[in-house]
Amino acid sequence: MTGGTLAERSAPDRIAYWQAVDSGRLLLMAAAAMLVTAAFAGSALAINSHHINWRAALAFGGFIAFGELLRLALPGGREAAPIAMVGAMSYALLMSLPGQGVSRYDALLVIAVSAIGMTVGALPHIAAGRSAGLTGMCARLVAVACVAFIFRPIVSVRFVDEPWEFAFSIMGLLVLFGWLVETLVGALIRADDVGARFRVAVRDEARLQWPLGLAVGASVIIAVFGAKVLGLMELAIFIGPLLVTQIAFRRYAAIRATYLQTVRSLARVTEVAGYVEAGHSRRVSRLAVAVGRRLGMAEPQLLALEYAALMHDIGQLSLRDPIPGGATVLVSQPDQEQIAHLGAEVIREAGVLDDVAELVRCQAWPARGHDPAPPLGSMIIHAANAFDDMVGSSTDRDRSVAALDRLRIDPATFDPGVVGVLAEVAGRRVPSRL
Amino acid sequence: MVSRAAWLYISLVVAATTVLVGMTADHLAPIPHPVFALVTLQVLFLVCDSVKTPLTARQTMWSPSSSATLAAVVLLGPLAAALVGATSLISMKRQPRIAERFFNGAMHALSGLAAGEAYLALKGPVGFPHPGHFRFIITAFAAAAAVHVLANHGLIWGIYRLNRGSAELRPEGLESRLPLLLASDLGYACLGLVIASLWEIMWWFSAALVLVPLFVARWAMGQFAEQQRAYAATMNALCQAVETKDYYTRGHGDRVSRGAVMIARQIGMSSDRTEAIRYAGMLHDVGKLGVPTQVLQKTGPLTEDEFAAIQLHPMRGLEIVREIGFLYEALNGIMHHHERIDGCGYPMGLAGHEIPEFARVIAVADAFDSMTSTRSYREAKSLETAVDELRRGAGTQFDPLIVEAFIASLEHETWPLPAPAVKPADLAVVTVQDHDDPTAPLRVVEVP
Repeated sequence: MTGGTLAERSAPDRIAYWQAVDSGRLLLMAAAAMLVTAAFAGSALAINSHHINWRAALAFGGFIAFGELLRLALPGGREAAPIAMVGAMSYALLMSLPGQGVSRYDALLVIAVSAIGMTVGALPHIAAGRSAGLTGMCARLVAVACVAFIFRPIVSVRFVDEPWEFAFSIMGLLVLFGWLVETLVGALIRADDVGARFRVAVRDEARLQWPLGLAVGASVIIAVFGAKVLGLMELAIFIGPLLVTQIAFRRYAAIRATYLQTVRSLARVTEVAGYVEAGHSRRVSRLAVAVGRRLGMAEPQLLALEYAALMHDIGQLSLRDPIPGGATVLVSQPDQEQIAHLGAEVIREAGVLDDVAELVRCQAWPARGHDPAPPLGSMIIHAANAFDDMVGSSTDRDRSVAALDRLRIDPATFDPGVVGVLAEVAGRRVPSRL
Repeated sequence: MVSRAAWLYISLVVAATTVLVGMTADHLAPIPHPVFALVTLQVLFLVCDSVKTPLTARQTMWSPSSSATLAAVVLLGPLAAALVGATSLISMKRQPRIAERFFNGAMHALSGLAAGEAYLALKGPVGFPHPGHFRFIITAFAAAAAVHVLANHGLIWGIYRLNRGSAELRPEGLESRLPLLLASDLGYACLGLVIASLWEIMWWFSAALVLVPLFVARWAMGQFAEQQRAYAATMNALCQAVETKDYYTRGHGDRVSRGAVMIARQIGMSSDRTEAIRYAGMLHDVGKLGVPTQVLQKTGPLTEDEFAAIQLHPMRGLEIVREIGFLYEALNGIMHHHERIDGCGYPMGLAGHEIPEFARVIAVADAFDSMTSTRSYREAKSLETAVDELRRGAGTQFDPLIVEAFIASLEHETWPLPAPAVKPADLAVVTVQDHDDPTAPLRVVEVP
């Protein structure tokens, strides 16, 4: 699968769900399915036990369902359910409720309640035609299970009677552990999905998730201690602040998405004005991002690369007449550099995209023998642009092979490493997605 | 500038607070180390107050400090709540005006006191919350939170009303943001009860713990504001890039956008819609890029086909921006900005109120900027002449109400006149016939 950083979720290129299921996902889902089966079996056996506080199970299950309903779209087409996570984690870490002594129930009950809650919360999403978000749910469930399996057996009177610092530090560690599990699972899936390197994917995931993870962790601890004092009603009160925090994140994610959409759309002005072939900028950006990702670029750099690739031809707007066919590969080197320079000026005007402007400015420099050497992103755009100028929207294999050969015989202009990865990525292009 | 009425209002609020707090023959509640608790909550209040963030692009400020005040209501009683609120007096924010400082201190103290009294009136038990009292606590606390939010916003609203004339204190579109603001205030007020219930276990640390999610939320808000600024800047740069082709129309999008915003404010559009029309104005002519250069450069009458190419530019613009997650309305504004009230416009020939409001607004700003800019075939018209032209077109080409709103807004805002057009030595192309100019309609070859 190829795809842009944030491009995966746009409607036309969504592919059938089951086609996207790969080994990592399958493994995760199998693990989650086993957990759920075991949890239901275990809970069914214990159903008559006196230890089960059904009101608590219902309250936490409802909380989780509510949180799952209010999923949060994060940059990069990710989805999180922070409120559901707070609910499930606090149920896993619950020490005691007022007047009931230590809460003793099995980790399996935690998993069962979380699974039911998450499923109920996901139903409205499915009914509304959105994706069920099964992968995310499985990742959350596995993280909760890991924490519950550690904490449920050790919860004892000590947690209630010892000074609060003791329980607090154990819980802090466990919450951190749960966050790490979720992040690693998320990175694994992501690396599989978009063809990123695992280490880069872990770093990206951690960088993106830590603020939310911090808020969730602190909220879990607050909820557990709060429930110890005020009981289950604490949960109802606590939903208020959680919601406000979530709104803040939602607005942030929304404006980021709009930003990208806008750049994407406005980059098409060169197409509408007849300077370049239809779909050129978008194809170049897809290719460039896929190549950059395989070369181990992290997400912030990939975003800059995507913007630069989308806007790489914007300098042509200053030309009096369109270049025939829009193929910059056909014009002289000084002209190419002039276009790149004009485009960079336009982007620098914004004042916030200087790194993008730099990539655009250097996009026409030859890979070898130019001083200073062009940045990696520029070399990628250079090669991807030349490739698309020659191949265009055609899906003819011969044509793309010929184009790649043309790039390969000119290692002074096009970096061989980049061209090598480009050949891999272009070979994997699925026509229907481009 | 603070008006005289506002001064009077501020003095009244401060005096009332002083008297009321003085009259409260209250003492701190019987929890261990009440003074320590009070000071901790005051610190919490100050920290929360200093992380105030803009809730929207510019205006409404948001602060989670109500959680500290309400925690004081539950733990320590009304007097302590008032004292916590009064810390706003020494807030670390940069506040140039001493009046504002005093007003804020008094306002927070007064709303804290009111919340505390409401809590007591509903038999809310002061001290460590106990699960046995939960029923009383929850109703009393809900009332206290509501009273606090109402008192807070009521007092602020008063000062805004009195200061409406001065730009500095006027929050644009506060009204439209009010539900969100109230909701977030109530949401964070709930944290007060959470802090109070954790106090018995972890003392001051409960306040510190609660700060973590607050700071994360604030971080997200900050990121949002940053992204929004970056977004606006990028949009501007791209729109300018589109206009570089034609040096006569440079800055046109920006000026139309400002004109549209002036009208939007004048007719009282909500801040969301104002924001949308800002972008719609900026982008309204983006589709002109799809019009072949030789058509724009043609001096003689246009053929049917050439005229059709011009008539199509709103649709082309729509095509470009359609995928932007805009308000639906902004797209309508771009698509229909050349419709006329009498139904003779393009591309659809809509008439009267069939034309979306955004389009009617943009049409006026668009024509006005065209008339007051220099064109290759004429000098710029004076503002007065252009206003007269708008009046003449009202009812046939333009919506009379929008025209009047625009003229009224011109009285208190200056129109950003374009710099005199000097032909630069670059590759720019010149529009010879301006399709926006209502005084020089495009000439089309008569078909025999």
